[in-house]
Amino acid sequence: MMQIPCPFCGPRNESEFFYGGPVRPSRPDPAAVNDEDWTAWLTQVPNPLGPVQEHWWHARGCGTWLTIWRDTRTHDVVEAPDDAG
Amino acid sequence: MKQHYSALSLLRHGINRHTTWAPAWRSPPLKDHYDVIVIGAGGHGLATAYYLAKDHGLTNVAVLDRGWLGGGNIARNTITIRSNYMRDASIPFYVKSVALYEAMTRELNFNMMHSKRGMIDVIQNYPMMRDRRRRQHIMDIYGATYEQITEAEIRRRIPALTGGGPDARLPVVGGYVHTDAAINRHDAVAWGYARAIDAMGGEIHQQTPVTQLLRGPDGRIAGVETPRGVIRAPKVAVAVSGHTTTLTETVGLTLPLRTMNLTAFVSEPVKPLIDVIVNCPDAGFYLNQSDKGELVIGGAPDTGQSFRRDIKQTVFEDTVSAMLSLFPSFKKLKFLRQWGGHLDIAHDASPIQDETDVPGLFVTAGWWGGYKAIPAGGLTLAHLVATGRPHPLMEPFGINRFRHLDYVMETGTTTAR
Amino acid sequence: MTQVDRLATGGRIDRSQTLNFTFNGKGYTGFEGDTLASALLANGVRLTARSFKYHRPRGIVGAGVEEPSTLVELMGANASGNCPATTVRLSEGLVAKSVNCWPSLAFDIGALNQLASRFIPAGFYYKTFKWPNWHVYEGPIRKAAGLAAAPSEPPAKGHFESRFGHCDVLVAGAGPAGLMAALTAARAGLRVMIADEGTEAGGSLLSRKLTIGGAPALDWVAQTVAELAALPNVTHLQNATVWGYREHNYLMVTERAPTNPSLLERTWRVRAGHVITATGAIERGLVFGNNDRPGVMLASAVQTYVKRYGVAPGKRAVIFTNNSSAYAVAADLVAAGVKVVAIVDSRETVPEDARAQVPGIEVMAGKVVTEARGARHLRGVAVTAKTGGAARILSCDLLAVSGGWNPTVHLWSQSRSSLRYDAALATFLPDIPAQAISAAGAATGDLTLNDALRSGAEAAAHVAGCDTPDIPEAPDLPYAVDPLWRVETSTGKAFLDLQNDVTVDDVHLALREGYSNVEHVKRYTTGGMGIDQGKTGNLNIIGTVALAQGIGMDQVGTTTFRAPYTPVSFGAIGGLREDTVALPYRHTPITEWNLAQGAVMYESGARWRRPGYFPRAGEGLQEATNRECRAVRERVGVYDGSPLGTVELKGRDVGRFLDYLYTNVMSSLKPGRGRYGLMLSDDGLIMDDGVCFRLDAHRWIISTSTGHADAINGHLEEMLQTRFPDWNVFITPVTSQWNNATICGPKAREVMAALGTDIDLAPEAFPFMSVRDGVVAGLPARVVRVSFTGELSFEVNVAPRHMRALWAKVMEAGQPFGILPVGSEASHVLRVEKGFLSLGHEVDGTVDAHDLGMGWVMSKKKADHLGKRAVQIRRDGTGPRRELVGVIPEPDCQIPEGAPLTPGGGREETEGFVTACVWSVVQDRWVGLALLENGHARHGDTAHVRLKGGEVIPVRVTPPCHYDPDGAKLRS
Repeated sequence: MMQIPCPFCGPRNESEFFYGGPVRPSRPDPAAVNDEDWTAWLTQVPNPLGPVQEHWWHARGCGTWLTIWRDTRTHDVVEAPDDAG
Repeated sequence: MKQHYSALSLLRHGINRHTTWAPAWRSPPLKDHYDVIVIGAGGHGLATAYYLAKDHGLTNVAVLDRGWLGGGNIARNTITIRSNYMRDASIPFYVKSVALYEAMTRELNFNMMHSKRGMIDVIQNYPMMRDRRRRQHIMDIYGATYEQITEAEIRRRIPALTGGGPDARLPVVGGYVHTDAAINRHDAVAWGYARAIDAMGGEIHQQTPVTQLLRGPDGRIAGVETPRGVIRAPKVAVAVSGHTTTLTETVGLTLPLRTMNLTAFVSEPVKPLIDVIVNCPDAGFYLNQSDKGELVIGGAPDTGQSFRRDIKQTVFEDTVSAMLSLFPSFKKLKFLRQWGGHLDIAHDASPIQDETDVPGLFVTAGWWGGYKAIPAGGLTLAHLVATGRPHPLMEPFGINRFRHLDYVMETGTTTAR
Repeated sequence: MTQVDRLATGGRIDRSQTLNFTFNGKGYTGFEGDTLASALLANGVRLTARSFKYHRPRGIVGAGVEEPSTLVELMGANASGNCPATTVRLSEGLVAKSVNCWPSLAFDIGALNQLASRFIPAGFYYKTFKWPNWHVYEGPIRKAAGLAAAPSEPPAKGHFESRFGHCDVLVAGAGPAGLMAALTAARAGLRVMIADEGTEAGGSLLSRKLTIGGAPALDWVAQTVAELAALPNVTHLQNATVWGYREHNYLMVTERAPTNPSLLERTWRVRAGHVITATGAIERGLVFGNNDRPGVMLASAVQTYVKRYGVAPGKRAVIFTNNSSAYAVAADLVAAGVKVVAIVDSRETVPEDARAQVPGIEVMAGKVVTEARGARHLRGVAVTAKTGGAARILSCDLLAVSGGWNPTVHLWSQSRSSLRYDAALATFLPDIPAQAISAAGAATGDLTLNDALRSGAEAAAHVAGCDTPDIPEAPDLPYAVDPLWRVETSTGKAFLDLQNDVTVDDVHLALREGYSNVEHVKRYTTGGMGIDQGKTGNLNIIGTVALAQGIGMDQVGTTTFRAPYTPVSFGAIGGLREDTVALPYRHTPITEWNLAQGAVMYESGARWRRPGYFPRAGEGLQEATNRECRAVRERVGVYDGSPLGTVELKGRDVGRFLDYLYTNVMSSLKPGRGRYGLMLSDDGLIMDDGVCFRLDAHRWIISTSTGHADAINGHLEEMLQTRFPDWNVFITPVTSQWNNATICGPKAREVMAALGTDIDLAPEAFPFMSVRDGVVAGLPARVVRVSFTGELSFEVNVAPRHMRALWAKVMEAGQPFGILPVGSEASHVLRVEKGFLSLGHEVDGTVDAHDLGMGWVMSKKKADHLGKRAVQIRRDGTGPRRELVGVIPEPDCQIPEGAPLTPGGGREETEGFVTACVWSVVQDRWVGLALLENGHARHGDTAHVRLKGGEVIPVRVTPPCHYDPDGAKLRS
């Protein structure tokens, strides 16, 4: 069980959070991209052997959606949100 | 096979105190060029090399592995072989795979300890009964068997299942028997294929990690780079569950795959207790008893992408308490060992087997625990690599389906999902 | 016969408390403080087990968790299998038996395997048992495999629990290093948790005769334990194993027999700021011919039996060692009156300090034991020079072996910290930490007492940021070792893994056949894969591989260390999380009322326990459902719609936020009005459907399907917080703040009037898809005109505290109209008759709104909404679509839900499937819904259901709606 740094609540057990998936690039303007780029954006996410930026929802806490950088090899949180305790 | 395995050969070599057995496979020198390079000496990679040689006569083939052969997910899984799927796209493929597994012992002259003991799905709510009923009828079209059984029959066949009574939180409401399902010996699959590949002239190179895929000036795949030097080949097949994107990204190729960690664990070995595979999709676990007597137990994957082969304690506790709800006598049974494996799962949770945008570069991935798919997955990939055309059984599973968002939604096939 | 081998004095046993126990059907006595193993040895019992594969006679080898040989099955109320006798605490009335032998320990039929052993080498089963198939052989082999029987019942009384623990420092192990570390950290003010697997603190000191600060070492242990007990910042657990080390310094500790008498075991999930592994070291065995004979024991175990339990495990002992630590054992044996015949030391040169321990005893330097003699008991050993030559036979009944010491690096390695091979100590040592962890004492290679105390203090001082305290003087014999992985000149089977019967020949065979990696060797031979996980033998396997391949130990490498360190009962892992504790039900306030009516209740998604139907005497599901359906269609019914998800949204930007989430336009709704909508994922797949009502300019309320309420709430928050963080929207899930009684049927308006309300119920004043706040039956209520049945419906929402009152009043007011409560089965029938969507049935993960005949819900006005682009791309594809249709089975019969449709009913690829099939009370026949390829164009055609076994049912394809297609009734 990881300990996830919540910017409002401090370090909390992973069981308080829902996993929100890896952070993707911003959703493109559908009017400005072709199908190929759109489907690539839709179906492909970063899958690094190493740090990945991802969303977590502090659902059983303050309700914040936050992002951390987590190393997929170790689960180490290598970069926490700003002002996380 | 140069050296036949049988009871007689055991006797003969026994007289010589077993000093006369030849190696099951060679350690040949590494060449700088092959017709095909298969990356990954796991189940899918070895099966692919086997069928390249057997079906297509391609033996100038090197299987490369960063570790030891048979050391990937084939070394760490729950050895369940089955075909109880829900879609036209999936069922015939898995029916084929089950049939190939059944014939494997004789075909490879290596005892796979294939135990066709059947699987019982223990159902604990009505929507899941509906899901299974749907499978029952469509599976029949493709020759896979799935029979509804009563709660009483379930309890007769699994006497240790004493939980899930009428007043339980999740009562047993019925079940299905998948008689085609089997377990076997995972290491034997790897070793049997390796021995057969070697006998036909293929090469397996262990401790040979691929650090970089290489493209030629024409954009085609040209080979691979390893610490042992550059190895050239016009065709490269990637069969490295979990690490697929790590490799393809070396040629700038992204794929709709995520890597997850799925863990299993075993109990202490005990005398025969359960002689079928038990799958409890509503409780969220499945188990079988190995020939060594250990109960082999699996549950859900860990949350999030992971290359860390260790279970999340919460996932583990959930699986254990689910199991104890149906098997309360296991409270005093002891947990002995656990392990994890890297799986990749595609965006629609179905496998991907195709030639990529890099001509000559093939991937087989997204099997999400692809043990049951090994022989058919190897057969179809060998066909694709050798002929350039997808095998009919794998046609629905090309990469282009993501360009058209034409997903194969085959979910709910492992446990509670 | 009473404890013939119990020494007259000594040991940490309570000789005033005699305990009776039974082993293999025979009664014995022991003392409080004994283990089963020490009590058996005290009673002169030497043959205690049979081996796994060859069924060779075996005895007790170790004194703790490392025991590879003697596994017993405990009988009775606390039945448990495969327990090392060395870890079973003796208790009054204990009943145990050997595992793995039949019919009895002395006459074991499986021993016949010994005769065939030449023909069943490692991996033999891969080469044979193939004809006709494995299944023929599997039964008998499975009976032979496995060890104890599994317990057939849960524990008769008592329970397991688990809890959290938090500390600055977790110290694993309460030997000298662990106690010193805990004391240092605790004195510095840190929150300390110290856990040790033994029944009392002290570790190796309990078995050895050493001094600390000039006094007996156990005095120091007692003082330290007392000081720790007095400190409020210390939690000290004994009989508690730290067995798992997860990410983020999260560790599992299971405490056996905690003080609470009703508690069997307790698992602590510990979050530790720092971990100090002071887990000691485990002695290796030595590998020579017949090294498994009863009477061959680890030297440290011999020392433990003599010093801790006051037992002489033999009368004439030989010591066989490759290191100095066994010399102290010899000295202890002499002091206890056991004759030590000789010390066989494989080292050419024996350090003087070691020799000084055993004046007068013959030391045979540069010699090895090549063979143990005797069958069921050790009778002597053959000793030769290391290089071979003539053997000298030493008569003895005890051989104490020491192959050197392995630091217990299991936890260290589980934490993903690395190991390195240390040639001087001939073992693997902790190297680079991967988490906040350090190792101390023997666990890090500090194998003498003084070093252990110092490294414990240093590790803790480092964590606490304080100076290392002074260490009391603690003299100990220096450790020196010369590796001996196997005796190359040995004769007879030389075992590397006693538990799985793996010999040197087996490893050589594996290597010869190409199984060259240590993982291959392990798997091919099964070495190290037993219950003991090779704690005494693994390094000898690695050494044997290294010798055979002519490479270094570090090149061979270790196999992976995996949790758990020692086996843990599943009950201790599950804790109290059973049944409704693990998976609580959600209830609405009228659950008791439902039960009182005899409702058949079950979970119907999202943990809600709801009534399926309300049977009357003699009725089954179908009859009761028909009756409830008829009430709704002909008169009036009421159902409890409380579990439906409800979310309130407030703020200036809610309109455009909803327009982004739903496929259709919500921002144009007028206050008081609502609209049905679909939510898609950006993949264009249907996530949820529901209704959306605008309460006032900036306040909206939406409904979600019951099963998706939590997921949709998460989705709303995610979209708002990650995509539109600056929009003015506040999201509040209010499912539990509102309960409702949904009154439906042609007489619904009359029932509403009878309840009494200040809301104008006239259709023109309160039309379909509108919402009104007011008073109903004297209760503040929000009434919504929606319909999931196709009938005139009023969903009367009240606060949960009013729900029971409302329900009673509805039943009372409806009584003259023949009102009936309606369960989920009838609701399902009513919606199928109407062709209304149910996500679990008709939304198959692939269909879109157009396929469902709901193209009107896809706004053409909006430039963008979630899923819009994806639906467009998918519809640009050329493949046929599966579209929602109604199906009428002809002839009239029930079709199983999920049954496939195939062209002409043939055995070929499907073209759809039946999503639902119900007995329709309005049609007086079976009707269904299906997803069918090109279904919209096939109304009026016949399609074919193909069932398992080949039965074909023709069905007429119709529009999905089987009742009131123009919706006059629901708008009435």
